[in-house]
Amino acid sequence: MWKWLHPFANPEYTYHFTGKIKPWFSWASVILLIVGMVWALLFAPADYQQGDSYRIFFLHVPAAILSLSLYTAMATIAFCGMVWQYRMADASSAAIAPVGAVLTAIALFTGAAWGKPMWGTWWVWDARLTSELILLFLYLGVIALHNAFEDKQLAGKAAGILSLVGVINIPIIKYSVEWWNTLHQGSTVTKLGAPEMSMDMYLPFVVCLFGFVCLATSLICTRFQTELLARNKMRPWVRKLVEEETK
Amino acid sequence: MQFDSFADFINMGGYAFYVWLSFGVSFGLLFMLTLSSKLSLSKVKQDIAKQTKREQKLKEAAKMQKAAKEVTHES
Repeated sequence: MWKWLHPFANPEYTYHFTGKIKPWFSWASVILLIVGMVWALLFAPADYQQGDSYRIFFLHVPAAILSLSLYTAMATIAFCGMVWQYRMADASSAAIAPVGAVLTAIALFTGAAWGKPMWGTWWVWDARLTSELILLFLYLGVIALHNAFEDKQLAGKAAGILSLVGVINIPIIKYSVEWWNTLHQGSTVTKLGAPEMSMDMYLPFVVCLFGFVCLATSLICTRFQTELLARNKMRPWVRKLVEEETK
Repeated sequence: MQFDSFADFINMGGYAFYVWLSFGVSFGLLFMLTLSSKLSLSKVKQDIAKQTKREQKLKEAAKMQKAAKEVTHES
């Protein structure tokens, strides 16, 4: 039943498969982000309390959701790589980390720029903000460990352990707004069941979210291909492929 | 359309600085990440191509040397 998965253990097959799906995600992200941003900036109604400043929400929330889910994906992959010795796990972890770090930085920055007019301060050391900042440092640590060793396998192991240890931070971020009294508001869109938002704000948000997801996927595809080539550069299939492409 | 004029749109109900700062920085970062991802992929390919060429040259040089040695031995 799971036989269809077997070819994906082959780096050459996976490289070409990644190349095939990449343009679909790239184009989808361009279209969805243009539609979503125009909708969010021009057509979504202003918030009755926050006015037009709430439009930052359409960047802030997708980036924040992805920063958490990419970390979870990275840690899951690290776990699988450690348990089943899956050879390409390190490559995908190294591909995901920079994308996750940039999205975390965006979530933090847009949060600050939204907090200044609404809370009167760019930054407070409360639970949600601090734990998200720690997430950024975890991502940076994983990136640094991947680049810290000449031996890529050793580097992957060290980075994998760090990302597994860091998983503890994910539920802390997610539930920080419920466990502690924070300045940050509770979740509005990631609650199970109906979102606590009107549809003419929720629909453009969904479009933006999928735009961000597609963009992150296409970036991860590119970085994954880079990692695969760099880690297999002595193999004949890589030599042949590069020779054909650089002719 | 939520805004009456273009100036109104730019003004963002008085929150222009914060809204456009967020959008500018976010898309700036995403653009830089996209660019660096593409550049690093092509750089890896170039590096591998260079390495292949260097190895081929070394191989050829070794062959020539071997051939030259054989010639001197025979004479």
